[in-house]
Amino acid sequence: MRRRWTLYDPRLAWLLVAPVLLLLIFFLVLPIAVMAAYTFFTFVTAGVETSALTTANWHEFLTDSYYAGFLLKTLRVGAITALLCGVLGYFPAYFIWATTFKHKWLLLLLLIVPFWISFTIRTFSWINILGEQGVINVALLKLGIISEPLPMLYNEGAVILGMLHFLLPYMILNVYVSLEGIDRTLISAARSMGCTSAQAFREVTLPLSLPGLAAGLLLCFVLAAGSYVTPQLLGSGRDALFGNLIYDTIMGELNWPMGATLSIVLFLVLGFFAAIYTRFMGMSQIVKGLGG
Amino acid sequence: MPDRNDLSEVPRPVAAGVARPGAGAPAPSGGIGAGQPAVEFRDIDIAYGKFVAVRDFSLSIAKGSFVTLLGPSGCGKTTILRSIAGLVDISGGQIMIDGRRVDDVPIYKRNIGLVFQSYALFPHKNVFDNVAFGLKYRNVPKPEIVRKVGQALEMVRLPGSEKKLPSQLSGGQQQRIALARAIVFEPQVLLLDEPLSALDANMREEMRVEIKKIQKETGITAIFVTHDQEEALSMSDRIVVMNAGAVEQIGTPQEVYETPATAFVADFLGKANMLAGTVSRSGQAMAVVLATGQTVEVACPRPLAQGSKVTVVLRPQKLSVGAAASANRLSGRVVSASYLGGSAIYEIDIGGKTSIRANAPITGRVLREGETIDVGFDPEGCVLLDEDGQRIS
Ligand SMILES: Nc1ncnc2c1ncn2[C@@H]1O[C@H](COP(=O)(O)OP(=O)(O)OP(=O)(O)O)[C@@H](O)[C@H]1O
Ligand SMILES: [Mg+2]
Repeated sequence: MRRRWTLYDPRLAWLLVAPVLLLLIFFLVLPIAVMAAYTFFTFVTAGVETSALTTANWHEFLTDSYYAGFLLKTLRVGAITALLCGVLGYFPAYFIWATTFKHKWLLLLLLIVPFWISFTIRTFSWINILGEQGVINVALLKLGIISEPLPMLYNEGAVILGMLHFLLPYMILNVYVSLEGIDRTLISAARSMGCTSAQAFREVTLPLSLPGLAAGLLLCFVLAAGSYVTPQLLGSGRDALFGNLIYDTIMGELNWPMGATLSIVLFLVLGFFAAIYTRFMGMSQIVKGLGG
Repeated sequence: MPDRNDLSEVPRPVAAGVARPGAGAPAPSGGIGAGQPAVEFRDIDIAYGKFVAVRDFSLSIAKGSFVTLLGPSGCGKTTILRSIAGLVDISGGQIMIDGRRVDDVPIYKRNIGLVFQSYALFPHKNVFDNVAFGLKYRNVPKPEIVRKVGQALEMVRLPGSEKKLPSQLSGGQQQRIALARAIVFEPQVLLLDEPLSALDANMREEMRVEIKKIQKETGITAIFVTHDQEEALSMSDRIVVMNAGAVEQIGTPQEVYETPATAFVADFLGKANMLAGTVSRSGQAMAVVLATGQTVEVACPRPLAQGSKVTVVLRPQKLSVGAAASANRLSGRVVSASYLGGSAIYEIDIGGKTSIRANAPITGRVLREGETIDVGFDPEGCVLLDEDGQRIS
């Protein structure tokens, strides 16, 4: 006899997640699988490849130190960006949490506002600030403080600055959410047992907000290491990151098999860091930080 | 400790009904024979912004005594505790701890043990680090810390739990650790803010006994906050009944229960029956015509003029039903009956849209709804309130 459908029927649950599952399979799993298959294809000449299976692409990647250098540099820039985000993001998060200002939501809204403007346009805006004809240089020249424009654009600093600009809200929100989760009576308890406010911060607030900080670091690191628009717009050729390398390989050299190999490498490396994080912290913190 | 003994026997006249709102100078109640009070409030006011949470609060707490702040939710109990700990600022008056004004002493320099309703154990620290916390900030040497923590855990009957995290403990165990953490550094006062309300009924009963025992053993002065009257009556040396930020009555459990100073206290503690009436014959055995029409005879501490409006306050336990009702018999009809094992609570309609509650021992069978019954009370067994709801004494 067939069972009647009920509201909490497991079959209904499957039915409800089916669209999402299909979406994930067709737009995430399948493309990645295709990319993975491509890494074993043979490159003939620009734009032409055959499906004869080969490990040449992987061999090239593993033996040519050019790629390893790129990867290390990308991880370094990603790490620096994430750390700077952590240091610079903790304070505003702490401030928003600690303030007795009545309209906290306004402060939080300010964090979201930048997302209303296209990321590319926000990145371009730095050219108007740091460039030779940018606000800073023009102002300094007019004031006679400098006689020649300062080269502030098209270097690694500018790239990191641009990434900080777009990543800080993620960090602040992540830290804020974990601070918000702290029971404030814990701080009263610490204070009543002899802690000054600074000591209570070190003993209670900081350690309990670390999960949020760690989630923010991971998110910023992954997003920074995977970025290619920012280095493209604000960096010189030397400041290209792994993402730019992939872009060049595919769009410039039209070498799809190698491009696919590099993509899968980046995917695996960043996935590895995410996995380590999940192992120790769990994924829930990031989901919380993203407003879930 | 002879000290503590004379405290629990604080003479009655001083303790009863002092420090009513606006009663003026704080009574040095518990202080007799104990030297300085451990904690003294002198007309303190506390405001959150424009909202005044506590008004003219005066209280003096003897060393080593167990005082309970009892009152409905939002009456300012937590606020008063927080003011002792320095977690809120007072806007008027003074707080003295061991005779020293503490208005300007920052929180971390006041030597106060705090136990919160939510336990407030540090979730990222194990039991040892939680309990050792206060000692660490008092620069106690490490071996001494280990010894004292061990002792405190012994006292709350959780020895050997040093390595556990709070999340690995049950609610009752967490509350014990919180208690150990608050007493381990021998604070001058122990503040407990509804420490039992998050526990289930059985656990609560057990912890009640335990807290009281530990307080006795250590001789620490404890201020306990609750809105559970049973807790207050069973644990306290003295009870401070509060309402809307002000003191209604201060006294021993028996005093506040048997001789409530105000209508609020009578109602809040044990839901006393309150019957409005008018004095029809003044004198030693005064007669009162109830609003329901019956006339009862009550003992009055002082003669009242004929025609004065009074309220007769009757505890359910002081009422007798059926054949046992000798004096002041009122006849009524049982509206509801609940069987409690040893006794039963009857709600009895005595006419005039008034019903009274009687808690009577069961003799024979439990009465059913709708049966008629007589209910009576001893003229001495009631308290009289005047028109303003204040006890006539
Ligand atoms: N931080 C605050 N800001 C504004 N008002 C507050 C604040 N804390 C408490 N109050 C108000 O002060 C009054 C007394 O609060 P308090 O917490 O002392 O009550 P309580 O007697 O402990 O109640 P409960 O039994 O519910 O714990 C309440 O009316 C409350 O709304
Ligand atoms: Mg409270």
